[in-house]
Amino acid sequence: MYDKALPQPNYLSEPKGLKSWLLTTDHKRIGLMYFAAIMGAFILGGIFAMLIRIELISPSKVMMGADAYNQVFTLHGAIMIFLFIIPSIPAALGNLILPLMLGAKDVAFPRLNLCSWYIYVFGALFAVYSMFANAVDTGWTFYTPYSSETGTAVISMALAVFILGFSSIFTGLNFIVTIHKLRAPGLTWYKLPLFVWAIYATGILQVMATPVIGITMVLLVLERVAGIGIFDPAMGGDPVLFQHFFWFYSHPAVYIMILPGMGIISELITAFSRKKIFGYKAIAYSSLAIAFISFLVWGHHMFVSGQSRFAAMIFSFLTFFVAVPSAIKVFNWMATLYKGSISFATPMLYALSFLFLFAIGGLTGVFLGALAVDVHLHDTYFVVAHFHYVMMGGTVVALLGGIHYWWPKVFGRMYSEVWGKVCAALVFIGFNVTFLPQFVMGSQGMPRRYYTYPEQYQAMHLFSTIGSWILGVGFLIMTIYLLHSVFKGRIVGKNPWGALTLEWETTSPPSPHNFEATPEVTHGPYDYDKIVVEPT
Amino acid sequence: MAENQQQHHVTPLWVYLGVGGALLVLTVVTVAVAKVDFGVLVGVSSLNIIVAMIIASIKAILVALFFMHLIYDAKINMAVFITALLFLGVFIGLTMFDTVRRADVYELEEGPIKPKAKIYQNQ
Amino acid sequence: MATTSTHSAHPDYLQHHFSDPQQQQEAAKLGMWIFLLTEVLLFGGLFCAYVIYRSWDPQLFINANKELSVPLGALNTIVLITSSVTMALAIRCVQLNKSKQSAAYLIATLAFAAVFLVVKYFEYSHKIHLGQLPGQFYTYTGIEGNNPHIFFSVYFMMTGLHGLHVLGGMGAIGWVLWKTVKRQLHSEYYTPMENVGLYWHLVDMIWIFLFPLLYLIG
Repeated sequence: MYDKALPQPNYLSEPKGLKSWLLTTDHKRIGLMYFAAIMGAFILGGIFAMLIRIELISPSKVMMGADAYNQVFTLHGAIMIFLFIIPSIPAALGNLILPLMLGAKDVAFPRLNLCSWYIYVFGALFAVYSMFANAVDTGWTFYTPYSSETGTAVISMALAVFILGFSSIFTGLNFIVTIHKLRAPGLTWYKLPLFVWAIYATGILQVMATPVIGITMVLLVLERVAGIGIFDPAMGGDPVLFQHFFWFYSHPAVYIMILPGMGIISELITAFSRKKIFGYKAIAYSSLAIAFISFLVWGHHMFVSGQSRFAAMIFSFLTFFVAVPSAIKVFNWMATLYKGSISFATPMLYALSFLFLFAIGGLTGVFLGALAVDVHLHDTYFVVAHFHYVMMGGTVVALLGGIHYWWPKVFGRMYSEVWGKVCAALVFIGFNVTFLPQFVMGSQGMPRRYYTYPEQYQAMHLFSTIGSWILGVGFLIMTIYLLHSVFKGRIVGKNPWGALTLEWETTSPPSPHNFEATPEVTHGPYDYDKIVVEPT
Repeated sequence: MAENQQQHHVTPLWVYLGVGGALLVLTVVTVAVAKVDFGVLVGVSSLNIIVAMIIASIKAILVALFFMHLIYDAKINMAVFITALLFLGVFIGLTMFDTVRRADVYELEEGPIKPKAKIYQNQ
Repeated sequence: MATTSTHSAHPDYLQHHFSDPQQQQEAAKLGMWIFLLTEVLLFGGLFCAYVIYRSWDPQLFINANKELSVPLGALNTIVLITSSVTMALAIRCVQLNKSKQSAAYLIATLAFAAVFLVVKYFEYSHKIHLGQLPGQFYTYTGIEGNNPHIFFSVYFMMTGLHGLHVLGGMGAIGWVLWKTVKRQLHSEYYTPMENVGLYWHLVDMIWIFLFPLLYLIG
């Protein structure tokens, strides 16, 4: 039974006019605005990625010089990290879905929420300025003393990171308070969907780690403007101290990126296995454990930086602990799949891709955390492949799964299932063709961020570049069928997947106030053994 | 609603004035003891800084508990504040694991890792 | 609902997505404490730099610290503590619906904050005059030891960031003062003033640590 038209009024149609969007405090609209913004950043960062891959197709010059290459890989990293992946799942999908999952009318601080979107846009303008004004070439890590010496636009990019940090802090703060204070009656902590637990742990990381990158960027700017000498060895400063400051944020930041992705996977695995999640509390607490441990391990990025051996040994030892809660999650997902009645809808294909790719990305991370192995692999393509398996194979694939899962809720219309499956396959194949050769190259000694290389690596670089084209085609088709579905897609009911979390109990798309009446929660989010909901 | 009443806790005037007075006295104390040399604690740090930090911490605790109402407030707020201090400690502490032992020199001895391994017996 | 029975079920200060004023107040306060947590960690970077450089060269910090004026630092400590007391009393008065007294205490807090900044101004201008400036602008020659400019980099960044927070706090206090005068704050709803108070006490608390760390190393 399908309705002929979308339910009215819904948040997309009411109120009307551009002004009503730009001044909205509705979390769903802000989520969509974030979604548009991060997708813009993703396209931009993706273009830079394609340029990198084209340049590396041959050891000699293809289309840009060495300096331009340095700028392009820096922009790829900085844009993907600070403008795309950190805000991606929490700010876009979190804003769209989290209050619905809680049965709340909005987030705790709706105006702060809108404010954080404008701060994001303001920060993005600084980043774009830096792109056109002699683009920064330090790598996204801004290591001193190079970043305090180079003639490129470091200051504007550092200010962009500083400003974007506030956007991230406000989002995290908002979600923590929302989860604490705005749960629907009956929605106890252990009835929260695991996506909410993941966003909660992410929020903790956002508010605790981000201020440190803020002060670090201020110090970097002051280093360039006023030569304060804190990080400059020529003035008695210590460049390794910069790395400590930077990674105190940026290591937890990689969990800001992956934790929400893990939250999405918990939702997808249960919804498409029609089975109660295995080890609910283990998954929920492992999110918090990851958040906590991630603050103790940043020194593993600095094993060859000249930090004391004593610190290196401690950081290496602690690093292995992060693997434990991550593995707990993967084992529980596998156990949930076991004897479930699995349906291979598009979101589930992404979830299964995630399991495969994240397992590779996670395990290679353990190699890199081992002190002696890292000395060999440090700053090679092995590291590049590792973090792309986690960040792209993990977070981006989870994001795509989440987008396909909640798309009918957000727009009230369904995309083409056939094209959805084709693109899921293209992304999986393209991704592996791109990054699997990089593990091999890296273990053979190909350094990262190099403009040229010995000819022995050319075959693998060629492979990698072809993979990037497959990925590009996949994303292109995806953009087309998703945009098409917004206008022409089949109209769906409240709950097209027959899932049990709260967001599926309201209309698709939801009304401006989310629920007609505040829902009373009587069952757990994954009680598929007790309750059967027919997809509508 | 009983809880509602609790939220509007009005601190007695004498508590504010007493805490304010204690803070001013402690300020005088910390200036005064700074002039005394307490010596050095087992070669690590001068005792003066430790004394000064203990006094400052007492002052900060007084401010947090009474001026910022943490003693009357929901426990979650205190948990947030303690978490902040804990992770500040992690930040400074783990960084110092590096900086204070940066200059350590390790004597390396050349020799087989497993002296009893077969390849060494043939030589 | 004993305390809100005199009002309508949905008083005008209650935002639509909260079910009652208590929920709104608790949410705002928790949000404020999380914001304070981010402030602690923002200053944390500077405290970390301080600890690292002091542990590397304690004697330099002792020599350089002699250039700071203990009387002025102590005066500013007393000024800031007193302003914290007046801030707390302003909140107490608004809780008891004494708006005029509350406004008076807020004005006193603003005045003490201004005194703090004036004292800071005299300290800074004296240092600028002597060339005791951060990093590459450092020209003073009277301090023994290597890289005395590092101490002044740390000093200016810590007190500078703190000074900016005092300035921002004055803006926030001005805002709640305006709300108090307009009678928008009263015993049922004083969350803005309470949160500004929390912020102001944190600024005070940070200074409580800055004072002995920078002025009393001797």
